[in-house]
Amino acid sequence: MAATVTTETVPSDSAQAFDKKTWMGGVEPMNASYGKLMMWFFLISDTFTFSALLVTYGLIRFSYPAWDPAIYGEVFKFSNIYWPVPEKVYNAVPFLHGVDAPLVFVGIMTFILIFSSVTMVLAVEAGHRMDRADVEKYMLWTILGGLTFLGSQAWEWSHFIHGTEQGTVIRELVAGQWVERTIFGANLVENQYGPPAFADLFFFITGFHGTHVFSGVVLNILIFYRAATGLYDRRGHYEMVEKVGLYWHFVDLVWVFVFTFFYLV
Amino acid sequence: MATVAQNTATLAHVEEHEHHEPHSFWRKYIFSEDHKTIAKQYLISGIFWSVVGISLSVMFRLQLGFPDMKLSFLRPILGSWIDETGKLDPDFYLALVTMHGTIMVFFVLTAGLSGTFSNFLIPLQVGARDMASGFLNMLSYWFFFLASVVMFVSLFFETGPAAGGWVVYPPLSALPQAHKGSEAGMTYWLVSMALFIVSQLLGGINYITTVINLRTRGMSFSKLPLTVWAFFLTAVLGLISFPVLLSAALLLIFDRSFGTSFYLSEIFIGGEALPNVGGSPILFQHLFWFLGHPEVYIVLLPALGMTSEIIATNARKPIFGYRAMIASMMGIAFLAFIVWAHHMFVTGMNPFLGSIFMFLTLIIAVPSAVKAFNYITTLWRGNIRFTPAMLFSIGLVSFFISGGLTGLILGNSALDIQLHDTYFVVAHFHLVMGAASAFGLLAGVYHWFPKMFGRMMNDKLGYIHFWLTFIGIYLVFFPMHYIGIAGFPRRYYAFTSYDFTKHIFSDMNSFISVAAIFTFAAQWIFVWNFVYSIFKGRKAPQNPWKSNTLEWTAPINPGHGNWPGEIPAVYRWPYDYSKPGAKDDFIPQNVPYSQTPESNLPHENELIPLEKEIEAQNLNDQFKQPH
Repeated sequence: MAATVTTETVPSDSAQAFDKKTWMGGVEPMNASYGKLMMWFFLISDTFTFSALLVTYGLIRFSYPAWDPAIYGEVFKFSNIYWPVPEKVYNAVPFLHGVDAPLVFVGIMTFILIFSSVTMVLAVEAGHRMDRADVEKYMLWTILGGLTFLGSQAWEWSHFIHGTEQGTVIRELVAGQWVERTIFGANLVENQYGPPAFADLFFFITGFHGTHVFSGVVLNILIFYRAATGLYDRRGHYEMVEKVGLYWHFVDLVWVFVFTFFYLV
Repeated sequence: MATVAQNTATLAHVEEHEHHEPHSFWRKYIFSEDHKTIAKQYLISGIFWSVVGISLSVMFRLQLGFPDMKLSFLRPILGSWIDETGKLDPDFYLALVTMHGTIMVFFVLTAGLSGTFSNFLIPLQVGARDMASGFLNMLSYWFFFLASVVMFVSLFFETGPAAGGWVVYPPLSALPQAHKGSEAGMTYWLVSMALFIVSQLLGGINYITTVINLRTRGMSFSKLPLTVWAFFLTAVLGLISFPVLLSAALLLIFDRSFGTSFYLSEIFIGGEALPNVGGSPILFQHLFWFLGHPEVYIVLLPALGMTSEIIATNARKPIFGYRAMIASMMGIAFLAFIVWAHHMFVTGMNPFLGSIFMFLTLIIAVPSAVKAFNYITTLWRGNIRFTPAMLFSIGLVSFFISGGLTGLILGNSALDIQLHDTYFVVAHFHLVMGAASAFGLLAGVYHWFPKMFGRMMNDKLGYIHFWLTFIGIYLVFFPMHYIGIAGFPRRYYAFTSYDFTKHIFSDMNSFISVAAIFTFAAQWIFVWNFVYSIFKGRKAPQNPWKSNTLEWTAPINPGHGNWPGEIPAVYRWPYDYSKPGAKDDFIPQNVPYSQTPESNLPHENELIPLEKEIEAQNLNDQFKQPH
């Protein structure tokens, strides 16, 4: 916003002279308005929030042994002794009951989220052209992508919570007696797929990320509304689309890390 | 001097400024978006909290110094926390130390110090109309206010406020059944801190963007006053470290309330095994101290920045080593993030890892020593004016040195294993970050009071306040080192029931308590001086300390937008004091070199052609840009 103002008010010859004096004050040295800078610094801060959570994940995960066929048997079973293999946990797809499709559904989810970043870029680009219709169109696609991702995550959670048909038999010490019990699915206290910490971290970190996606969708809807009612046309620039776009890309980038840690490694 | 004169001349139309649409009482004083009002809100909240926080410490000092004393007279305040025999409840003792720490570190020395002075001084010293976003700035204060209310309410619970120490280590803090102070009080503590972190984040991004984007013409980073440098780096530290505490707190909330096991594993409580497995309490300590250590510098750096400014102004000398000061602050800010595990030497950490953290910790002594020497060399042969602000700044340097030296001892893992969690540690950090930062805060109030309220504080009361406080603090914390070396652990309710502590040092503990009460009593001189001077103080001149920075070119009571008319441009650094050849012993930043040919150095004469370019530059006036 103000970046454009700077170039307008300074005569062009002295603008040339000041190219080398960008940090002298009186200008926005990085050619970014204060709002955009604030978004960047917020994102740096949020990076540390997620980093702390992912460090937590790494620390707890590596305090557990991984599944080793030589020790625990050739066929993988769920057990709370070792960390599960992700392909065995996340292998369900809606409407395809009983089909073993490792990581297919989460792959689709990830693709949708990343694609919504592409439409966001297109919306920002349309904003630079001051093309209100295109901004509206691409914002709608972005909102749709975000909502689809959230819906998919809801299904994924629901499946994770309800568990498999057979469940897992666990042995536990209750009042000095070893008791066998079948548990289905996972919650914050017990988990059929592996150690309870696995479910705790899954719910917390994907939930925290999902909350970010949800706020992103709310912001996107707000931006869409304000673009559609012509506010940005009257204001003369679409920088708000760009700022919210930064946030949206950040949320996508975080998902790439969450996806890698929970599903790939 | 023409520019200054011009600014004084425009004083008259301060009320006619174009942005002075009348605000209602609520918008002007309560939900204000003006950085100066928000700064005063932070300051007054900070003073309120410091009275609460120090009162709590006086209560537990009574218990420590006089374990047999009947405390029945405290019953009107503490109610049933004083039992029938007039003894303080041991659970509440722990709550007292916890809340003292939390309040002093976060609510007084973080919000009260950098909240006040970053808000007040950044726009005025960089030459901006206001913060980048006044609205976020207002939100920042009100999130802090909400955090304050939640924390204050928790003081009155039947089960008491949080009592696991200000570091709230799990498993104690994670298990409500473990301790009275881990019940509702702990929940409120976490909620309050989450709100506090939001407030810090909103404040921090505002401070940073204001410094980067809203500097006036000519105000390059190499001409920024050291105060602004300090606030800028403090904001960066907070921006990066507080979110980690947020994550740690959220995980702790889940452990407490939703049955997860992030920090819990294999715990027996009351003879019963808990189902939690897989977590690690050490993990919390890592996350906590990743905030907790930078927090020390979040508290201290603003105080050091203000001290640099006050010492240079009142020694009538340029600050010694301006660039070295900036570099050392950057060094401290960077090192702050890679030393956190020196708080955890006794957690069973690999000794090799401990030696790495020890090495990194001891490096901090280098930039700290640079700062200490620069303060002393600035004072050296200066034309010193002992204003109350100057006395408090010199006091800060004294505390910074004497507290910093014991930091070298504690930074050694071999020595720390002996001294860990003893009163030696308490003495160390109270001097180096507690008293030093509090002196920075007080120095700042005495120095910038004329700018804040347009009146002067009483100097005589200031001197009395300084000497009583300075002597009092040393009387409290110097003997404490000996108690610590003798092995007295911190956070213990009483030392009368242990053989090794029964017969020794009880006189010294009583002495410390008396000194603490004495020092606390002395603070009321300040409170009275502060309140009285707001209403009845002597009217301030425009530049009472003959200082160079931009805030003194603004009207005595700056209105909304700070400067009527144009924002001054900046041509020189802020430390041109006692420049040879100059007709005054100070040359404000907005005086061009072309007006001071008598005192210019050769390289400064070369900068004269640049002045036209500076003047041709964009005004960077927020009020003239589309919102």
